Amino acid sequence: MDMTKKVSIREQDPKVRTKNFDEVCLGYSSEEAVLEATRCLECKNPLCVMGCPVSVPIPEFISKIKKGEFLEAFSIISECNTLPAICGRVCPQESQCEGKCIRGIKGESIAIGKLERFAADFAREKSIRPPHKHDKNGKKVAIIGSGPSGLACAGDLVKYGYDVTVFEALHEPGGVLVYGIPEFRLPKDDVVKKEIDFIKHMGVKFETNTIIGKSITIDQLFDEEGFDAVFVGSGAGLPKFMGIKGENANGVFSANEYLTRSNLMRAFSENSTTPIMRAKKAVVVGGGNVAMDAARTALRLGSEVHIVYRRSENELPARKEEVHHAKEEGIIFDILTNPTEILTTDDGWVKGVKCIKMELTEPDESGRRRPVPIEGSEFTIDADMVIMSLGTSPNPLIASTTKGLDTDKRQCIIADEYTGQTSREGIFAGGDAVTGAATVILAMSAGRSAAVGIHNYLSSK
Amino acid sequence: MLCMNFSFFEGEYMYDILNTKKLCENIYSMVVKAPRVSRHCLPGQFVIVRSDENSERIPLTICDYSRENETITLVFQVIGASTMNLAMLKSGETLHDIAGPLGKESELCNTDLDTLKAKNILFVAGGLGVAPVYPQVKWLNDNDIGCDVIVGAKTKDLVIYEDEMRKVCTNLYITTDDGSYGEKGLVTDMVENLVNNHSKNYDLCIAIGPMIMMKFMCLTTKKLGIPTIVSLNPIMVDGTGMCGACRVTVDGKVRFACVDGPEFDGHKVDLTKL
Repeated sequence: MDMTKKVSIREQDPKVRTKNFDEVCLGYSSEEAVLEATRCLECKNPLCVMGCPVSVPIPEFISKIKKGEFLEAFSIISECNTLPAICGRVCPQESQCEGKCIRGIKGESIAIGKLERFAADFAREKSIRPPHKHDKNGKKVAIIGSGPSGLACAGDLVKYGYDVTVFEALHEPGGVLVYGIPEFRLPKDDVVKKEIDFIKHMGVKFETNTIIGKSITIDQLFDEEGFDAVFVGSGAGLPKFMGIKGENANGVFSANEYLTRSNLMRAFSENSTTPIMRAKKAVVVGGGNVAMDAARTALRLGSEVHIVYRRSENELPARKEEVHHAKEEGIIFDILTNPTEILTTDDGWVKGVKCIKMELTEPDESGRRRPVPIEGSEFTIDADMVIMSLGTSPNPLIASTTKGLDTDKRQCIIADEYTGQTSREGIFAGGDAVTGAATVILAMSAGRSAAVGIHNYLSSK
Repeated sequence: MLCMNFSFFEGEYMYDILNTKKLCENIYSMVVKAPRVSRHCLPGQFVIVRSDENSERIPLTICDYSRENETITLVFQVIGASTMNLAMLKSGETLHDIAGPLGKESELCNTDLDTLKAKNILFVAGGLGVAPVYPQVKWLNDNDIGCDVIVGAKTKDLVIYEDEMRKVCTNLYITTDDGSYGEKGLVTDMVENLVNNHSKNYDLCIAIGPMIMMKFMCLTTKKLGIPTIVSLNPIMVDGTGMCGACRVTVDGKVRFACVDGPEFDGHKVDLTKL
């Protein structure tokens, strides 16, 4: 075995998987997991742990996998991570744990994400879970939003003994895990639903179809329903548009709408009554994970797909694995390209996208080289569908219905980085609602910090 | 350290249907128990409904509500498979999901009552537009404020909520396209007739109905100089501002009907792009 390389992971053949919505990555077998685990040097001063937002004791759990003690490995991960099967699948490991791995200097880092996923899947398939008996302390905490930050916060608070209720605006709990990330990357019934079921099993209550700020306000949760503290983990769900001509044409979608139809409403399946556009040729604008998800969904629904991104490939914000998978599947990348107008037919449908070529100049405030248009380089891509994946911002609904809850210029709720404390006593916040669109694991990390913050606040009351 | 074999309970909340009624061909009403919605909803708001676990999310106006009985009344038209499924449900059965109340309440609810009392308000309801108009008229009546209402329909059989409406408004005028009931003609004709021939002087018009009706109503009221509010119901998925499917252009700016609306200034909204 070449110790400088990862044990390769089994995946669905690109030719086959572009025709279905089944998970692309098939995960390690026990033998493969043990083999990969033996590559771990078990550093005394493990840098990987420092790269993990929730500080999973990585060498410890990998050492258990090495010995074939898979359930123990899972138990160790569970101490720090409420949703390991999900994080193993969607964390940007290359810029976190695996990016810090010593093995990575002279070869490939340990496949920490894949091993985490293996341990979590192994335990889940055996229906085995950590213990969950906790003495109740009689205090009530409301969690707003059932995405990664809310679930992580709820999972910890229930362990401290709180009576926890999670409020979700949609009809199914999970937030971005359900409406945003596609089935082929994160299976809903087999993984997400089971992880949430487990949090229910720990005693957390879920109330769906409840829009905080509309169905009930935060002040009413305190005054009428007797909650002692509130955690706001309402995410960043508001889509951005470019503001170019033709953007309101039929056939232009936000990535949020397109993915919500396919993921939450399962429009890809025959059983669903929710329609989704199956285009001949789709243009996806943007270069993040959401753009990759939208592109790969459109591809599976039968479209030729172009990703149009204004910077170069090096600046693509998506996980490397997603870009790699997208290319394998035949997505065409039109980089250093920016749309200037959406062309429409007489009856208001998309017929093409007018673009301009870009070049990179000196770095901007984000540290990435700034793209500027090349004069006279306009060209047109024929297309009947355009998906705008330009990022999202927090929904202003909660801040606008809660007096004294301060937000910044980007509509993000202002909260203490370590405790989640907002400008209002008893109200804590974390995840994308505070940071703007980021990652699942950062949101979970913020949810866990806020759980400690809430616990300290309520213990001292 | 580890516990074995956890098993699961479902026990999700369902919404009891207490009463259903066919109001006319293809239009139905349904009274549903929805405690959280009924406690806080106001005229002008809507809910998103799913009849079963495979149903799409259907936005429906809250036509009436009772805080005491914790119920809301939904009025809907059968236009596709999902609304057809909804129409087949009977009292005693349940709706899988009701999310809401969504959207902004009618501007009337945020206006000082004395200011409203001093105004001559006209409502124009076309077809199913009666459903979002009724709760506003009723709300005004509850606050001792009168108003005129024009209800327009294609033909006599398609006039709904007539008795209910008559109880809560000052004057009710009915028009039908074929003249089978009320005045023959369009609602726009009736407005011009009331203003020009019956010296009616309206300070505010709220016109809700098919897009084409609202478009022509806005042209008419612009000519007559009456500020006009319309209510839009474009395609939407989540109803909370997430999908952007319901974007409309108001005064040159993109707004979302689900969170910024559904009611907009009819003289500023681009009714041709919907």
